[in-house]
Amino acid sequence: MLKPETPIKGAHRVDHLLIAEMVEPGARVLDVGCGDGELLQLLADTRAADGRGVELSRDRVNACVTRGLSVVQGDADRDLADYPDQAFDYAILSLTIQATRHPKTVLENLLRIGRRAIVSFPNFGHWRIRAELLLTGRMPQTQNLPEPWYASPDGHLCTIKDFADLVSLVDAKVESAVAFNTSGQRLPIRHSISLQNLLGEKAVFLLRKRDAR
Amino acid sequence: MSSAPVKSFDQTASLRLAEANNPSSKVLHLPASEPLRLACDQLLAPVSIAYQTYGTLNAAKSNAVLVCHALTGDQYVASEHPVTKKPGWWETLVGPGKPVDTDRFFIICANILGGCMGSTGPASIDPHTGKPYGLNFPVITIGDMVNAQVRLIDHLGIDQLFCVIGGSMGGMQVLEWASSHTERVFSAVPIATAAWHSSQNIAFHEVGRQAVMADPDWCGGDYHSHGKIPRNGLAVARMAAHITYLSEEALHRKFGRNLQERSKVTFSFSADFQVESYLRHQGSTFVDRFDPNSYLYITRAMDYFDLGAEHGDVLAGAFRGTKTRFCVVSFTSDWLYPTRESREIVHALNAVAANVSFVEIETNNGHDSFLLEEPVFFATIRGFLNAAGVKRGLKV
Repeated sequence: MLKPETPIKGAHRVDHLLIAEMVEPGARVLDVGCGDGELLQLLADTRAADGRGVELSRDRVNACVTRGLSVVQGDADRDLADYPDQAFDYAILSLTIQATRHPKTVLENLLRIGRRAIVSFPNFGHWRIRAELLLTGRMPQTQNLPEPWYASPDGHLCTIKDFADLVSLVDAKVESAVAFNTSGQRLPIRHSISLQNLLGEKAVFLLRKRDAR
Repeated sequence: MSSAPVKSFDQTASLRLAEANNPSSKVLHLPASEPLRLACDQLLAPVSIAYQTYGTLNAAKSNAVLVCHALTGDQYVASEHPVTKKPGWWETLVGPGKPVDTDRFFIICANILGGCMGSTGPASIDPHTGKPYGLNFPVITIGDMVNAQVRLIDHLGIDQLFCVIGGSMGGMQVLEWASSHTERVFSAVPIATAAWHSSQNIAFHEVGRQAVMADPDWCGGDYHSHGKIPRNGLAVARMAAHITYLSEEALHRKFGRNLQERSKVTFSFSADFQVESYLRHQGSTFVDRFDPNSYLYITRAMDYFDLGAEHGDVLAGAFRGTKTRFCVVSFTSDWLYPTRESREIVHALNAVAANVSFVEIETNNGHDSFLLEEPVFFATIRGFLNAAGVKRGLKV
């Protein structure tokens, strides 16, 4: 795995740190659903990335631009169609795909816009979620999925296995995939997927179109 | 307009005409041998460009910020207006320590071509007749205004502007600069603007122009020769336009149905309501500082603006290959240049993978928000310019 250009200081989300390792130095990056710009800032600081962001929340966009990041207020479902093919080295969707209205279209757009796509998502197949649903008979609420079902923006939750199926469906190839357990340890997803699907709380996939290079 | 103290015709006209032909600010006089080729295919010469500068140009000439003014603005962006004696029109944003910081940047603001504060316009003396151009002035475009500014930037020896910034019609000029002279624009901040003038906006402008032209004192555009000014016509035009710069909510908050210095309505057509009195005042003070024919020409230039049309109706074509960093800003309550028109610019920039930020500011102050103290807006401009400055290698 690539070492970051400069040592990473401060506390960062484990999935962000992994994404920063996946991104090559100096790359052009589009972060869809960039939030307050934490990942974009990390990529700029450690990978000298030329980053852009798209974010739905007006307040978060303003916060990003105020700190000097290039971010537009927009909607992954509506606005990705505007971007030209292969405009970026990486199109990133960090813990956002489950909140889109059309995850398949969004993923196809990511694979079109970026030479590679990086997608992270909360794994609904994690044992705690399975157990909670089984034992309580109610929709689970966890650290990654903190809202009750009626207030949650996450309309399209999936498991790691579900996501892997979607990857095949859109004709993409997995270059690498890692799940994180509850304590943030990495569980590489290689041959066996069932165990990661049980133990992984969230997962990060690095993808590219099968016919592209 | 009876409510405001009326200066004598001579005072008003002579003060304004003096500024139109012999301004208090610096002026670049382009010689007759360097005419400006206009979009209408006419050559205009000689051309004067009146401008103000603030701050200091650094040795590398890399810290120049061009401020483009709106329809009724002028070059006095951060210093006293010579006719009205009011502070600069954008002193909220531009000045020492302000987001557009005169301690860091070299700020340039020029009166637009067609204006009436010293740049060549319909109130300027036509050298062929020795009289003001009036309607003999050619119809100009936003592109013509920008081409005149290009001559000024050439004259100042600046290859690349660090930033071109402006709101409303100023934003149109920003877009034109970024499209036609992209390599000379490091960063661009189009605010509360659009890439083309909407039908509704053309309609409002037409109302304004018809008000001016319906005033018998307009004299077919030749009011200067007749010693007249179409005061009422221009004031009505300004009153109508002023409503479009605000929002229903802002008007209601400011005036409601409050009566003007009276306890009940007078059953007459005098200014019973505060909002009437306010508009009449806006109209009459505007006439003191603005040339009616300039108003016709500049509104026309805005009407003609359609950046996409020059690129086969594909706006993205206007920005292909751009390296400029953009920060597009709109305001929620601006119904003259609504957010969707800014978003259209953003979509076009995304389509060419340009470096673009887009911020919509929540406010109920309408189109005029860009001239007001809006903290989130100011923080955005400051943050964007700081980040762009780092990229440009400017000292923080």
